[in-house]
Amino acid sequence: MNCKKVIVELTSYLDGVLDSEMKIDLEEHLSGCTDCRLVVDTCRKTIQIFCNSEPVPLPEDVRQRLHSALLERFRRNAKTI
Amino acid sequence: MVTCQTGVAGLVLQPPGAPWIVSAGTPKPLPSAIVREDEAQLVSAAKAGDTHAFEELVNRYERKIFRLGMNITQNKEDAEDVMQDAFLKSYQNLHRFQGDSRFYTWLVRIAVNEALMKLRKRRPNQVSLDEPLTDDGIDSVFREIEDWGPSPEKRFAQTELNEILNSVIGELDPIFRVAFLLRDVEGLSTEETAQILGISVAAVKSRLLRARLKLRQKLNKYFRRSETK
Repeated sequence: MNCKKVIVELTSYLDGVLDSEMKIDLEEHLSGCTDCRLVVDTCRKTIQIFCNSEPVPLPEDVRQRLHSALLERFRRNAKTI
Repeated sequence: MVTCQTGVAGLVLQPPGAPWIVSAGTPKPLPSAIVREDEAQLVSAAKAGDTHAFEELVNRYERKIFRLGMNITQNKEDAEDVMQDAFLKSYQNLHRFQGDSRFYTWLVRIAVNEALMKLRKRRPNQVSLDEPLTDDGIDSVFREIEDWGPSPEKRFAQTELNEILNSVIGELDPIFRVAFLLRDVEGLSTEETAQILGISVAAVKSRLLRARLKLRQKLNKYFRRSETK
């Protein structure tokens, strides 16, 4: 396996869906290639950092407006039935 | 394997005025775990006219849909519109939902379309769902290779980190941004992401690779070890 092939297979490798033979080849390449190891490592960290970043709440006023709009729609639908 | 740990519960309050990078809070092992087992019964009841059942579906997914709208549009007012329109449209068209996918997947599809329409209205000449002809990121990936160290994000205060993440994801082309958000932040499966975007699984994988490489490249200047704070 060469460096370019590692990048092509990167998504499947990080998602754990690479077939076992390909995975062995890729990891063998990683063991001897610092550049590819760093790319895989930083790509993995990229995903983790986004996953772990602080979530945003649904503001209460936004939620209230949503539910008011829904109630209005429920009422309108009930009238037409 | 890298999995994003997403959940409806566990959202925390962000300081007013803080940037809007939005992500997951509670661990979730598999995308399918987003949906509780009773979703199908709630959908059936809502179809039969039970508004409480539909409200339960809204309560269940409102935070996730708002978060998705925020992440795609990067604008609070647009995200509110996206969320409202997605729920109102899904209610109005519930009779058309055949149950060949999960309700949540169907709802996300509506929300993504609403969010992309917002983006197109805001920047009509800039937002396209066609594949950009720019480089795929593969050839340039080896230009910037640096060690980030064990926990590079810890070198930043939370607000500053949110600003960085918000900025770099905002720079991504929308078609890559949406693929990354659905798959890596919302934790949907590749197949579900393909279904929502109306593209093949191979196309999702391609967009995901490009999104991940681009984000890695953009984050490199903040997280490399040589970047001292």
